[in-house]
Amino acid sequence: MKETYRKGIIHTNTEISPNIYELVLEGDFHGRPGQFYMLRGWEELDPFLPRPISIADIDSGKIKFLYEVRGRGTHIISKLKKGHSLSLLGPLGNGFDVKVEGKIALITGGIGIAPMLYLAKQLSGEVHIYSGFRNNAYFLDQIRPYVKAVNIATENGSVGHKGFVTDLFDPKDFDLVYACGPIPMLELVINMCKGITPVYVSMENHMACGIGACLGCTIQTIRGMERVCKEGPVFKGEEVVLND
Amino acid sequence: MTKVDILGVELKNPIIAASGTFGFGREFDEYFPIEKLGAISTKGLTLNKREGNKGIRIYETASGLMNSIGLQNPGVKGFIEDDLPFLEDKDVVILANLGGSTIDEYLEGIELLNNTSIDFIELNISCPNVKEGGMAFGIKCSTAELVVSEAKKVSKKPLIVKLSPNAENIQEMAYSCVEAGADGLSLVNTFNALAIDIYKRKPVFENVTAGLSGPCIKPIALRMVYEVSKVVNVPIIGIGGIISWKDAIEFIMAGATAVQVGSGNFIKPDITMDIINGIEDYMRQEGIKSLEEIRGII
Ligand SMILES: Cc1cc2nc3c(=O)[nH]c(=O)nc-3n(C[C@H](O)[C@H](O)[C@H](O)COP(=O)(O)OP(=O)(O)OC[C@H]3O[C@@H](n4cnc5c(N)ncnc54)[C@H](O)[C@@H]3O)c2cc1C
Ligand SMILES: Cc1cc2nc3c(=O)[nH]c(=O)nc-3n(C[C@H](O)[C@H](O)[C@H](O)COP(=O)(O)O)c2cc1C
Ligand code: FES
Repeated sequence: MKETYRKGIIHTNTEISPNIYELVLEGDFHGRPGQFYMLRGWEELDPFLPRPISIADIDSGKIKFLYEVRGRGTHIISKLKKGHSLSLLGPLGNGFDVKVEGKIALITGGIGIAPMLYLAKQLSGEVHIYSGFRNNAYFLDQIRPYVKAVNIATENGSVGHKGFVTDLFDPKDFDLVYACGPIPMLELVINMCKGITPVYVSMENHMACGIGACLGCTIQTIRGMERVCKEGPVFKGEEVVLND
Repeated sequence: MTKVDILGVELKNPIIAASGTFGFGREFDEYFPIEKLGAISTKGLTLNKREGNKGIRIYETASGLMNSIGLQNPGVKGFIEDDLPFLEDKDVVILANLGGSTIDEYLEGIELLNNTSIDFIELNISCPNVKEGGMAFGIKCSTAELVVSEAKKVSKKPLIVKLSPNAENIQEMAYSCVEAGADGLSLVNTFNALAIDIYKRKPVFENVTAGLSGPCIKPIALRMVYEVSKVVNVPIIGIGGIISWKDAIEFIMAGATAVQVGSGNFIKPDITMDIINGIEDYMRQEGIKSLEEIRGII
């Protein structure tokens, strides 16, 4: 039997950049890079649904999440303090394949950087990360020890290249690309890599059950509608049907 | 202690997983043995496979959610070949939830299901009727009567008609369906509802409206079950916002023989187990030997 929602006690819940929080829970949690958990940081019925959040890292009895405060659910979670607890279900979804070789590019937009630390730690090839942010860069200091090169772009130019991170990246330099971020960025990356380098993208959608039963989180793929929470969240770029 | 009888079929307890929130049980069976449930209502089936709706399908609301899944399902044949064998291996009562866009589609679906081991057909009449410009079968009594009486003629399985809360008058609708041959009723399906994205200045859902469910609908659903129980003499399955054993007992007191848990499954995959245990504890504490003692006491 898989475990249902269980409690995780908060070790730290820190704002590492404006509106970006790093949450560390104590407990024996497991999972692969790219997998996610459904989080409930409240006992009440409202907010009704749990929130899907990627595994940012797992290490010696602790699990880390990196999240951006967007609406009510993440706002409530951001107010929780050390010693409070959260309910969580997981690990869920497929995750990234880490048994790969060669030169790998990780491309992230905004909070899409969340799964990349855990992923970079487990990849054995030569890893380069390309991270785009709106104005502040974050989380990269933790990733730096596990990658060969860090490339940064910000929309306002405050750190790194001024513009989009895709301006910096050439798919011809890599054997494999993993990307996570907003849909327009993923679309651009998929198009850039077409016919050149295999690319895998981590997709997002609103979720209810998180376990594959409600069909609420499906996206269009070349095989038909597929569930982000079950067949995904990681999909082969060329199999995702975008923009209809 | 908790067992109930619906049209001669014994359920271990009155808790049924609601259609569309539980798939065909496979995913949930990884979290608890689904055999512990009173019954399972399958994902809404249609004669032919459907891909479902595009765009956003789930939208959270205060104490509930709206959905516009669009009946994505493998079709009746796909269900019989790929999903029913899994359920047949389990000792659990099965309601095959069936939708359709024409009466013929419903009837062909029933004929295929007649020759299977399912226990009940749960006729979902909340589906849009293409012949009536997309108005659901379950809005007007005359349309509902037609589909139910035709379905009753071909069905070899007990026929439970699942009512829409959007019906013009729920009591008249219930009465009409029973007159037309429904062996039992389940209610309610989701409430037709609207959400608007104010930045995009557009409805959130591609189909404009979507179905509202969850604890926010419970008091209305409960009132409807209560009202319907006063005008019909067939078993009623209560549905709408049930997430605790107390909710379930309320529906039973309002006249339901059994209840379905839908959106509650999203709070916690094994929420139904908590509900069943809670009912047992309550019965023990209150000295209730059979749920019959409290059914319809309001
Ligand atoms: C597989 C997966 C992994 C994710 N990993 C992370 C992560 O590591 N860090 C992070 O900050 N965010 C992540 N997200 C996005 C995160 O789930 C949403 O930002 C969050 O649910 C918003 O909740 P809210 O209460 O703040 O916003 P609200 O707008 O109040 O949420 C309302 C409803 O919409 C849903 N929703 C809103 N935006 C999204 C979205 N972008 N994706 C999915 N559901 C959404 C909510 O879950 C909720 O049901 C992930 C999403 C998915 C699908
Ligand atoms: C995601 C989702 C999918 C649903 N799909 C179906 C369906 O296919 N057929 C059906 O008869 N009802 C369907 N329903 C309605 C539920 O079975 C139930 O009647 C309704 O949600 C009210 O109960 P609840 O408040 O416990 O969820 C669906 C509900 C949800 C939330
Ligand atoms: S969230 Fe229910 S199927 Fe993915």
